[in-house]
Amino acid sequence: MSVLAHVFEAAGLSTVVLASMKEVAEKVNPPRTLYCEFPLGRPLGRPDDVDLQRDVLEKAFGLFEATGPVLETYPVVIEADETPLSCSIPPRHDDSLPAAVDEAQGLRAAYDRALEARGVTAVGRAIDADTVPAALGVLHQWSEGAAWHDLPLPGKNTVAVGHDIRAYYSEAALELATAPAEGRAVEAWFWEQTEAGKTMMAARGALKDQEAPFPFWFYMAPGHR
Amino acid sequence: MSGGDAAMRAFGADQPAPTFEEPAFTPLSKPLSEARVAVVTSAALHRPDQDRFGQGDTGFRALDRADRNIVMGHWSPNFDHTGFQMDLNVVFPLDRLEEMAADGVIGDVAPRHFAFAGNQPDTVSEVRLDTGPACAQELVADAVDLVVLTPV
Repeated sequence: MSVLAHVFEAAGLSTVVLASMKEVAEKVNPPRTLYCEFPLGRPLGRPDDVDLQRDVLEKAFGLFEATGPVLETYPVVIEADETPLSCSIPPRHDDSLPAAVDEAQGLRAAYDRALEARGVTAVGRAIDADTVPAALGVLHQWSEGAAWHDLPLPGKNTVAVGHDIRAYYSEAALELATAPAEGRAVEAWFWEQTEAGKTMMAARGALKDQEAPFPFWFYMAPGHR
Repeated sequence: MSGGDAAMRAFGADQPAPTFEEPAFTPLSKPLSEARVAVVTSAALHRPDQDRFGQGDTGFRALDRADRNIVMGHWSPNFDHTGFQMDLNVVFPLDRLEEMAADGVIGDVAPRHFAFAGNQPDTVSEVRLDTGPACAQELVADAVDLVVLTPV
């Protein structure tokens, strides 16, 4: 973003960056920067907080009064919360299925409601919602020792399939949750409380143990997990 | 457990970053209340009918002023995507800009806004030399004065 600011200014546009990483902004040094220490992925601060979002923009626009490069820090800090989202997980329905497969099927109604409410879904990069349980079935088998190159994953690309599984769960979780989700609360719920999260992490470990290429498995989960 | 945001910020601080020896500085050529404002984000936003962002995609997608059915197509698992799911203004503040235009704080809202993917190759050379200038031309063609850049 800070790089684009330089490119745009050179083309005669005036820019302001709502920077999320202070050291990067200091190094790249765009003309006008409002550093906002908010959860990564939420550059305007909080969803549905109209007053805060507007204030952030007004502070950013205030930087156009400066006659030279300027970096200011927004006075409010918002930290991500890694307390798992309070969200019910469907009870076991079919004991003959791997737990993650059963769970994903149980979340389908909530996912469908979320899709109807939003009109768009982030699922579909490699697989659609119908294929999420089957993909989890393969990840389960990998985690149990099946060789990844002998048992293909629907959608093939582990990182893209991982994205689709997380998106499916996130969209369902926001539909089921009783309170707005803080930054990373859904992430914590997914990786710590769902069978899908445990299965994906176990499959990721199995890929690593089977010496699959690093990008195949590393980007399936947040780096700090 | 250490926080994911803290880990990512520490990672970002250690990464090599391009520097600009003689950076351009373009003063706003008119009062804010007359300026046309556009948002450009690195959140890989796109409409469902547009091409998805591939891994290492250095291109951009144009979003119309009225578009609200938008997908966050970013590949990274290392930041929160759910804020955007709840309220796209937390990344793409078009509703706030419309309100500020109606209130006379800004002149008006640009007809088109643009999204890149943040996960760029280390040199960022494509964005610097190719797709970034191409996007700038589109903004200039739309008579945009001021660009708000929102990273994720």
